[in-house]
Amino acid sequence: MHATETLPPPLLALAGFSKSFAGFTALDRVDFTLRAGEIHALLGENGAGKSTLIKAMTGVVARDAGTMKLDGVAITPRSAQDALAAGIATVYQEVNLAPNLSVAQNLFLGRQPTRFGLVREGEMRRRARALLSEFGLSIDVAAPLESYSVAIQHIVAIARAVDQSARVLILDEPTASLDAHEVEVLFAVMRQLSARGIGIVFVTHFLDQVYAICDRITVLRNGRLAGSAPVEELPRLDLVRLMLGRELSEATSRRPPVIEGEARADIATFRGVGKAGTIAPFDLSLRAGHVVGLAGLLGSGRTETVRLVFGVDPADCGAAEVGGRAVTIGSPREAMALGFGYCPEERKTEGIVAELTVRENIALALQARRGALSPLSRREQDALAARFIGLLDIRPPDPERPVGLLSGGNQQKVLLARWLATAPRLLILDEPTRGIDVGAHAEIIGLIRDLCREGMALLVVSSELEELVTYADEVVVLRDRAHVARLSGAQIEVSTILATIAQAPACADAA
Amino acid sequence: MIRFLSRLTPVLATAAVFLAGFVVCALIYPNFASLRVVMNLLTDNAFLVIVAVGMTFVIISGGIDLSVGSVIGFTTVFLALAIERWGVPPLAAFVLILVICAAFGAAMGAIIQYFELPAFIVTLAGMFLARGVSFLLSTESLPITADLYAHLSEHALRFGAGARLTVPAIIMLVVVLAGMVLLHLTRFGANVYALGGSRTATGLMGINVGRTTVLIYTLSSVLAGLAGIVFSLYTSSGYSLSAVGVELDAIAAVVIGGTLLSGGYGFIFGSFLGVMIQGLIQTYISFDGMLSSWWAKIATGLLLFAFIAFQQLTLHLARRSRRAPAGAHP
Repeated sequence: MHATETLPPPLLALAGFSKSFAGFTALDRVDFTLRAGEIHALLGENGAGKSTLIKAMTGVVARDAGTMKLDGVAITPRSAQDALAAGIATVYQEVNLAPNLSVAQNLFLGRQPTRFGLVREGEMRRRARALLSEFGLSIDVAAPLESYSVAIQHIVAIARAVDQSARVLILDEPTASLDAHEVEVLFAVMRQLSARGIGIVFVTHFLDQVYAICDRITVLRNGRLAGSAPVEELPRLDLVRLMLGRELSEATSRRPPVIEGEARADIATFRGVGKAGTIAPFDLSLRAGHVVGLAGLLGSGRTETVRLVFGVDPADCGAAEVGGRAVTIGSPREAMALGFGYCPEERKTEGIVAELTVRENIALALQARRGALSPLSRREQDALAARFIGLLDIRPPDPERPVGLLSGGNQQKVLLARWLATAPRLLILDEPTRGIDVGAHAEIIGLIRDLCREGMALLVVSSELEELVTYADEVVVLRDRAHVARLSGAQIEVSTILATIAQAPACADAA
Repeated sequence: MIRFLSRLTPVLATAAVFLAGFVVCALIYPNFASLRVVMNLLTDNAFLVIVAVGMTFVIISGGIDLSVGSVIGFTTVFLALAIERWGVPPLAAFVLILVICAAFGAAMGAIIQYFELPAFIVTLAGMFLARGVSFLLSTESLPITADLYAHLSEHALRFGAGARLTVPAIIMLVVVLAGMVLLHLTRFGANVYALGGSRTATGLMGINVGRTTVLIYTLSSVLAGLAGIVFSLYTSSGYSLSAVGVELDAIAAVVIGGTLLSGGYGFIFGSFLGVMIQGLIQTYISFDGMLSSWWAKIATGLLLFAFIAFQQLTLHLARRSRRAPAGAHP
C-alpha cells in the first residue's frame, strides 16, 4: 500500500483557474499542484479565494478558465458526485453526513451491501467496524452519528471518502471546532492516509497546524496565487507576509498628524475581560478621538473580541467600565444603550437590509433605540437621510433607492450612517473596507479619520494592515485567541505587526 | 440495547397509550375487549393507515403531503365513473387509477425538487387540483354495484363471534408490513432518513436526491390511491366530498406515532398505532352513544399536543445526555 515515491506527473494539477461572479473576480489564473502522499496547506484570509478554488476543483461551481489534470488525465467534474467518482473527495468543516443515521449507514449510504434488495445490516456493521479500525477507531457503529463528538464525525466522513477510492482528499477547515486532543487524532489519520499515497489539501487558519503536519504551502490572496513553497522554505514571517502583505497604495499611505497632549476622556475600559474557549482575558481602553485597531489572522480572536465588547457573546470574566461607571454588557441592546455602535463584517447578511431604501436603512438603528412606541416621523427620517447622504457623500444621493442597488462602498456608508445617526460614543467597525472597490477604500478611511476628529472612540478590525497603520493610534495584535501585543506611536508599522503576528507562541499551548 | 430502546421510546409511548386506552374502554364497556372490536378497528381505519404509511415516508424525508385526502376523493369518484359509466372492469380501473396517482405524485415530487418549492405549497396546490377535478367529474354520490365489490365484502378471514378480517384490513396489514420493510431494510429507506437528517449532506454523499424525492411523493400518492380503492370498497360508492381533511388525520397519526415533523426520525409501526389510537377514540364514542363525534377531534387534538410536548422533552433530554459523554475518544 506504500506508494510514497514522488511520481513525475503530479497527482492533481490545476493551471490557470479563473472564476468571476457578476463582475467580481474570485479567482484569477491560479495554479495548484498536489503530489501523491503530500499534505498541502491551502491558506489565505477571508475572501482570498480558497473556497472558490475548492468549489471549482470539485465541480460545485463551474470554472471560467483553466485546466485540471488528475494523474495526467484532463477532467472537468460537473458536480460533487462527479468529483467523487473521479477520486476527489471533500470533507467540510460542517460534517456533511446525516446525523440521524447510524455510523454504519453513514459510511455506506448509497452502497450498502444488499441481498435481494434488502440491506445486510450485520455485514454492513462488520465492514464499518473493519474500516474504522484502520483509523484506530473502535466505536459502536450502530449508534446514530450525532451521538459522537465532531472529531469522530470528521473521521467517519474521511473514512467514507477514502473508502470510495478517493485519491485526493480535501479537508476544508476540519480542525476549526476540535480541541487539541481531537486535532492529534485527526493528524494521525492524515499521516496514515498520506503514507498510503493519498494527496491531501488541508485548509486551515491555524499556522501551528500547518507547520506541524504539512509538506507544502500554497497561499492565495485576493483571488491570486501569492506563493507556493515547501514548508521548510517558508518561515512564519514570510508566510504571514504572503497572506497579509499588500503593496502600499498611494491613497492610503499618509499618516495622520498625531495630536498629542490632548486630554482624551476614557469612553470605555475593559479589564481582564474574556470568555473561556473563545478569547483569553484582555485589557482594552477606548478613548475619545482615538482609533484602536485589531490586527491578526483569521481566527486569531479579532471578531471574538469585538463580540464581547458589543455584548453579542457575554464575557465570563473581567470588568467593564463605561464613562467611569462599572457595567455589565450582556446583550447588543445594552451595548447600544451605552452608546456603542457595531458595523459587522458580513454587510450583506448582518448589516444592510437590501430591499429597504437608503432612508429606511439609516433610520433603523435610531428607531430601534427609541423603541417602537415613539416612531421617527417621516420628516425626521427625511432630515436624517438628507444629512448623512450629504455628510458621507452617498451616491446616488437618492434616499428612496433600495440599498441593494448601491455599490459596495456606498452600502458601507449607509451602514455607517445608520450608526452615526444614533450618535454613538464608541463605534466598532469590522473590516470596513472589505469587498469595496479600491477607489472607495480611501473615502472610507477618510471618514474614519473625520469621525475620530469629532471625538468618537473607534475600534476597527482590519486585515488591510497598510490601511490600519494610517489611521490607528494604537494597534492590538492578536494570535491564537489572545491579545499578544499593544503597539502605539512609532511602533505602528506594517513590518512590526507582521513580525508580531508571525512569532511562534512561546509555549505551544494553542488550544 | 438501551440506546435502541431509547430510539424506540416514542413508539413505545404510543403503544402504551393505545393499550391503556384499550384497557380503560374495556373496563367501562365489558364487551369492548373482543376480537370483533379489534377487527372492526382494523377495517374501519384501513384506508387511513394506508395513507399514514405513505405520509410517514414523506414526513421522515422532511416533507409534507397535503394532497392525499383529495387524491382519495378523486380516486373514489374516478372508480365509480369508470366502473359504472364507462364499463371498465374493476381490476383494470384499479390499475389505471394507481398509474394516474403515481404520475400525479411524481409530478409533485419533481416540482418540489426541480423548482425548489416548499412541499407544503406544491402539495397544497395538488390538494386543490385533485379535489377540483373530482368535482368536475361528478358532484353526486355515485354507488358502485359491480360484482367484485359485492364479492370482496363477502370475503374475509373469519374468527368466529362475528370477528372478520376483511379484505381492506388485509390490504392494510400488507401495506404496513411492506412499508416497514421498504423503510427500515432497504437502501431507499436509508436515503429517506438521510434526506430528513440533512438534505445537502445527502446530496454531497452522492445520493440522487431528486430521484429519491420524486419516488417518495410517488409512493405517497400511490398509497393514497390505494387508500381510495379501499375506501370505495368500504363504502361501495364514489363521492367527490369523501375523505375531506384526511391528510390532517394522517399527519396527526404520524406525529402521534412518534415521527418528528421536522424529519429524520420515525417508524411506520408508530403511524399504525397513531391511527389505531384515533380509531379507539371513535369506537369509544360510538359505544357511548351519547357523546358527540366531535369529541374524537378534541381528544385527538389534546393527544397531539401531549405527544409533541413529549417529543420535545425526550429530544431535549437526549441532547443533554449526549453533551455529557461527548468525549468518546478512540
